[in-house]
Amino acid sequence: MTTTSVDERPVPAEDVIGRPSAGGHLKDRAFKAGLIGLTSVGLIVLAVLLVTTFLDGAPSLSLEFLTSFPSAFPEKAGIESAITGTLWLMVIVGAVIIPLGVATALYLEEYADVNRWWNRVIEVNIQNLAAVPSIVYGILGLAYFVRGPLSLGRTVLAGGLTLSLVVLPVVIITTREAIRAVPPSIKEGALALGATRWQAIWRQILPASVPGIATGVILSVSRAIGETAPLILVGAATFVAFNPTGLDSPFTALPLQIFSWTSQPDEDFKALAAAAIIVLLVILAVLNGLAIWLRNRYQRKW
Amino acid sequence: MFGAPRRRLGERAIAVGLAAAAAASVLVTIGIIVSLTGETLAFFADRAVKVGQFLTGPEWSPLFSDPQFGIRPLVQGTLIITLIAMVVAVPLGIGTAAYLSEYASPRVRKAVKPTLELLAGVPTVVFGYFALTFFTPKILNDILGLDVAVFNGLAGGIIVGVMIIPTVASVAEDAMAAVPQGLREGAYGMGASRRQVSVRVVIPAALSGIVAAVVLGASRAVGETMIVLIAAGQVPTTSLNPLKPMETMTAFIGATGKGDVPTGSTGYKAIFAVGFTLFVITLVINLISIRFVRKYRQVYE
Repeated sequence: MTTTSVDERPVPAEDVIGRPSAGGHLKDRAFKAGLIGLTSVGLIVLAVLLVTTFLDGAPSLSLEFLTSFPSAFPEKAGIESAITGTLWLMVIVGAVIIPLGVATALYLEEYADVNRWWNRVIEVNIQNLAAVPSIVYGILGLAYFVRGPLSLGRTVLAGGLTLSLVVLPVVIITTREAIRAVPPSIKEGALALGATRWQAIWRQILPASVPGIATGVILSVSRAIGETAPLILVGAATFVAFNPTGLDSPFTALPLQIFSWTSQPDEDFKALAAAAIIVLLVILAVLNGLAIWLRNRYQRKW
Repeated sequence: MFGAPRRRLGERAIAVGLAAAAAASVLVTIGIIVSLTGETLAFFADRAVKVGQFLTGPEWSPLFSDPQFGIRPLVQGTLIITLIAMVVAVPLGIGTAAYLSEYASPRVRKAVKPTLELLAGVPTVVFGYFALTFFTPKILNDILGLDVAVFNGLAGGIIVGVMIIPTVASVAEDAMAAVPQGLREGAYGMGASRRQVSVRVVIPAALSGIVAAVVLGASRAVGETMIVLIAAGQVPTTSLNPLKPMETMTAFIGATGKGDVPTGSTGYKAIFAVGFTLFVITLVINLISIRFVRKYRQVYE
């Protein structure tokens, strides 16, 4: 820092205080333009992806497509079983990650003494789990849920449990942030009035952080239903011509159906994949919109 | 209002219950390690497989009648794809972070950041579809005139790179935003321009966070499955040509796990042996990244 700007033309005096000039220096302008260019690449790819996929898939979209089962004939094939499978997965994932994620986050924020080694192990462990490739969770699900100890078989329950583990670290991390956003004075006030630790948490901290927690849970569920790799391993089938009837039912899901159709050499099936992608993206957009709405509507500024 | 005096017992029970939930997350890691290690040991207990051959052998064909168990082609495929992805994601991610942190007005930032989050929210199977049906035929083949195969490492790598831009950008931007304003003002006071402040003050000061962002991005690239499974092909090879099909560790696991693999079969055990290798590689990368993140948080908080 001590050598800053010695080799450059002096900046006009009015620019030294406050914002330095964006114009004037060619290099500065070029640098800014370069950064804007780099930033826009990601956005452009996203736009191209959405437009081309929509153009590929829109002709195949119809009510019939949404209410038919997979078929060997592209003109008859649909995604009803994939949609119901995905809904089942959402419910299971929500039921697992809300209690487990909130409890873990509460423990880490309100109870854990960070000076204890085991609490640091839990912290690092969660950070690491968040970055473990999702397919590794698929292997875990195959070994423990489908086969081995639980032996659930290739069922929607095994798939839901596996996806729950994939997104559990995300729920824990976002819930901790929501809890941390509640000012300590709220809890201290409750404790000063004679509340126990749990009473302060249950009646003050949790109600105040519900919007943040709900946002995190919805985003996690939406990440879970876009996951494909773990489901491949826990053996969701791609040709399932019926809706799941219970937790022990075989199932398929939207991303799997997309993968299966994308892998077909036949162009007609690729169009079906694009149509299914549109449906999946619409579901994700609705979930994300809901999360953003919750965040804006209910999040309190302290 | 606050209940009966017996509550102390309830308080302890709640604390224990919450601690048990937290401990469950550690069980997940233990479960991963135990299941991977167990089957991997079984894999090597097979007389057909030797550890030395596994680590260095140039051919991977575990399901053939004359099976070869050299994991080098899969590791090499993973490294090439990751390298291509990083060539794409490092400049784009860091450039985006620098723009958002140092140049963008609050309004622009408010529009760009959620859009980048959208990019991060696109399921990877969708990126895979895009790479296979649009990027390879239209961009690489038609526009750039490259003689690419239908399945090729280049398209897989580039699209994986696009997928991890938001990861790299958001961690790097956090690090840049954590640089104290006083450092910037000091530089401005000495007559530096905004570009000079960005390049010579903010980026060096945020370096450990930026390194963490890159390392985290690399970890995501190594573990990405669907894009490479769909777009890069399923041909284990030691060829370095990215215009040809190649297979990564993740793609092998996905392709083999697709069918109903019988427990105890060679294919089943091979999934675990490759998964074990993948897990160890990403674990090392993740721990490095966690260390760097901690470093930049310590400096300025």
